[in-house]
Parts: sequence; C-alpha cells; structure tokens
Amino acid sequence: MTTESLEVKVKRLEQEKAALEQEVRALRLEQSIAVTAAAGAQQLYASSGDTVTNDSRGATPSSAFTPFERVAALTNPEIARYGRQLILPGFGIQAQMDLRNCSMLVVGAGGLGASCALYLGAAGVGRLGIVDHDTVDISNLHRQVIHNEARQGMSKARSAALSIQLLNPHCEVVVHELVLESSNAQEIVNAYDIIIDATDNVATRYLLNDASVLGQKPLVSGSALRLDGQLTIYNYSGGPCYRCLFPTPPPSETVTNCSDGGVLGVVPGIIGCLQALEAIKIATGLNKEDPPTMTLFSANSSTMFRTIKLRKRKPDCIMCGDAPTITKLIDYVRFCGSSATDKTPDLFLIPYNERITCQSYKELLKDSVPHLLLDVREKVQFDICSLPSSLNIPLKALPNELEKVKARLDGQNDRPVYVVCRRGNDSQPAVRILQENGITTGEVKDIVGGLERWSNTIDPDFPKY
Amino acid sequence: MSQSDATLRIELQFSGGMELLFDNQKTIHAKVPASFPLDGSAENRHAATIRDLISWTASNLLKERPELFIGADGSVRSGILVLVNGADWELEGELEYELEDRDEIVFISTLHGG
Repeated sequence: MTTESLEVKVKRLEQEKAALEQEVRALRLEQSIAVTAAAGAQQLYASSGDTVTNDSRGATPSSAFTPFERVAALTNPEIARYGRQLILPGFGIQAQMDLRNCSMLVVGAGGLGASCALYLGAAGVGRLGIVDHDTVDISNLHRQVIHNEARQGMSKARSAALSIQLLNPHCEVVVHELVLESSNAQEIVNAYDIIIDATDNVATRYLLNDASVLGQKPLVSGSALRLDGQLTIYNYSGGPCYRCLFPTPPPSETVTNCSDGGVLGVVPGIIGCLQALEAIKIATGLNKEDPPTMTLFSANSSTMFRTIKLRKRKPDCIMCGDAPTITKLIDYVRFCGSSATDKTPDLFLIPYNERITCQSYKELLKDSVPHLLLDVREKVQFDICSLPSSLNIPLKALPNELEKVKARLDGQNDRPVYVVCRRGNDSQPAVRILQENGITTGEVKDIVGGLERWSNTIDPDFPKY
Repeated sequence: MSQSDATLRIELQFSGGMELLFDNQKTIHAKVPASFPLDGSAENRHAATIRDLISWTASNLLKERPELFIGADGSVRSGILVLVNGADWELEGELEYELEDRDEIVFISTLHGG
C-alpha cells in the first residue's frame, strides 16, 4: 500500500470517527429526553417476526395483532391535548373519539410518511403502524423530517415511532421493521382500519392496492417527485382501486426515483400532510359522500393544486371488479419488473474487461497518460462536482453531440476515452454509443462505480450527493 | 377553408414528468387537424379523436423517446393518465373521445417516489 493511499484512509477514518462521536452525543441527549417522555406513557411496540427486542426503554415487546383496545371516553389529558380539535365545529368529541378508536398503517417512513405519520400521531389516532425496512441516511433528512441527524443508521420505522412518541405519548405506535411483501402484507394490512401508501416504488404500490382490496381497507395513496405530487384515495366508497386506473405497471425505464430524479423536500411533506388529512376524514366519516378524485400538486405551476374527477370502480377490474381474477397476493416484483425498494440497481451491460477501476484511473492520472474523460451526468449534477478537465455531455444528449467529443479529441484519434457518471450505470451505454460511432481507435472504457466510488475509495474530499 | 385544412385549438398540458419529453413545456397551445387520417380523402375522414391526437402529438410535438409516451394499440403507455377538460378520460370515452375546439387535454405520468 502506498503512503498516499494510507493517508487517504487515515483521513477517511478520522472523518468517520468525528461523525460517530457526534452521533453518540446526540443519541445520549435524545435518550435522556425519551426516557422522561416515556415514563408513564404508552409503550413502543415491536412487531411479531421482528427480532429486535424492544427496547432501550424497557417497554414490553408486543405485536400489531394484539387486539386494539377501543375506548368509550377520552381521558382528561387527552381532552386537554386535543382541545382545539374538540371545539372545532363539524369535528368535535365524536370525530376525536373516532380517531382514538381507529388504527392506521403508514407504509413507508420516508418523505411522505414523515409528515403524514407525525400529523396522524399528533392528531390523536389510537394506533399507528409504521412499516419501513430502511435505515436513516443523511441524504434523507432534507425531506424526511421525522428523523434526525443523530439517528443516521437507525431503522426508519423505529426512528419514526420514537418521534411520534416524543410528540404524543397517547398514540400507540407499532413498529414493522420489514420489507412489505406478498408473504407478510395481508396479515399486517388486515390488522388496521386505514392503509396509507407512502412508499417509493411501483411493486409495493400494487402490493398494497391488492392487499387493501382483499382486506377491504381504504387506501390513501400519495407520491412525489421533483416538484410534483399526487394524491388519491383508492378502494373507498365506490371509487376505483389502483388497478382500475392503472391495470398494467409502467415500463420500469419510465419510473424515476427520488435518488435519481431529485425532489424538493417540502413537496413530499405537503403530500404527506394531505394523506394525513384524508385518512382523518375517512376515520371520521367526513368524506363519505365525496366522488372519487385525484389531487395533483405542482409546486411551480400557477395553479399549485388541481383536483380531477376520477372514474368509479370498474366492474371489469381484475382486482376489485364484479368477477375478480386475483384472489390472493401475487409476485409483485415480477409483475412490475422492478424491485420493491427505490434503490438504483447496478447495471451490468459491459463486460468487466471493458471497464476500468477507480484505482486504475487514478494511476493513469498520476502517470499523465493522455486521454479524454467524458462525464455523462446531467449538467445539474456536473455543476455540483466533477473531476478536473472532464467534458460534460449528458447521456441523453450524447448521440447528437458526438461532434463535441471529436472536437475535444482535436485530431488525436487514437486517444483513449474514459467515461464516468455518478454510479457507473449511465457510463456503460455511453461506452457503447462511443464504440458504435468509432469515436477513437484508442480504448473506450468506463469507470466502475463512478464518482461515488471515486469518493469512497480514492478521494474522500470529493463530494457525494 | 376546405375541410381538410380545418383545425381545432387544443390546449395540451403535461405533468408528472411528461413535460420532460416535450422540451420542458408544461402547456402547448396546438392547432390540431379537425379530421383524420391526414392522407385520407374527404369522405374517408373522421372527426379527430384522442387516438388521433396521441399519434399526431407524437409525430409533431414529441422531442424524444416515443416509447416513453406511446404504448400499445395507439394509446399512451401504461402509467399515463389522460384528462379531458379536467376529468379522467375514462368518463369521456377514452381513445374514441371526439375532440372539440378549445378542449384541454392533460397527460399525467403517475409518480412513484416518496
């Protein structure tokens, strides 16, 4: 190992150490608050099948399938807490009791689930289930405001439950730390009155729809990306199910996740709030007579909100129609051709020997080997950070802008061309495009793992986003 | 003006990411032929429907990747919802809806992020 890479490693470890120390301090502080808040309060449950025994605060492990205890009256502390809703005309004690005696399942403790679960917990929902398999990452926090800096690496379901408990100890929170799938979804969905789809992927959306139809539960569905959001209630009061509207899943290449498409943090926050509102309206019967609609939100449009009339339940729907052909949950990952998480999978289009590693590229830079580095990320990403003297042509534009590559080669037609992108996926089709157009007689290769791996293994000062 | 030159003023809107396929335009005021097929004789023509509008839009306005807009059977690809004057197109006859002057047609790509 060279001295240089040792230094890089030491630097990285020191950064990690500082971050861990910060986390420990914040967790200690939080723990002291949580212990106080939890004293005499409701307990934080862990779901059955969940191997994590609950909990540092000594609560009793339990499950969603413990019968939900409905009550005949609110306690005085509850009346004091919900007073502003209790005096609200058209809401009042009856609606507050309806909320107290309602159980809701929030699937996804991400951008949508963050605001949704906080408001539902605060509003007085009796039992709130939180499903999430993921852990808190620093890049979540601009929108997933139910988590915080200190909880990096903590289970999102657990972190969300903790936040709700800190806000309102009267809410019984059930933690489901798992990937919702065909084998477990029905049992979980059946244990709640209202289901909230705050997920981030197509497969789970179809799964939740089908489980909600089979379990006869209303489904409050929200989604958000970039500056736009959408909100619909499915399977409720004669309205359509998700499959009535979208019988076929979209081709996977047309689906963009927040990690690749970007999202303004407040946008899922707004949609999550609307989901909480709709769930409260269902629980209290406020919207029973409303015709089915979809609400579209567009942050930079002159009319930010638009509500459109939707079709009713389709009698020929294979899920909720008069003669359904789907009578139990299916394999949704296969049905949708996409995974049940929003992580971008690694692409393997190009054989390994036609690619170079970050380490080899670093050697090549050190030896001043003449070459052209082509960065095929979108300009908006290139503007955040880039390697020195790289040429930026986004993958989408590459077929029409090969002249720019030629111009940069400036007659040196045997120069090697290396292609880089964020994670080493887009760089692969780019290599193919360059090869097919005979852009150079030298080698054309892409950098495995892209700039993210460059930052992880070569230069810890290179930003990751 | 002969029948074949007649056009309808249609306001096309794109949302949920559809606008990215149309040069980032959220609204396009289009003059759409009032009858199709364009190469048909007067007696072979029918009043323009949404089906015609979809293929006309793809050939005249779409800037990239038609497979992200067009699907099977001349419809839009799955995952796109079409609105006719603010309502789900299913309520209006879907592909066979006959366009009228000053109609507002919206193409929305469903979002899945969260």
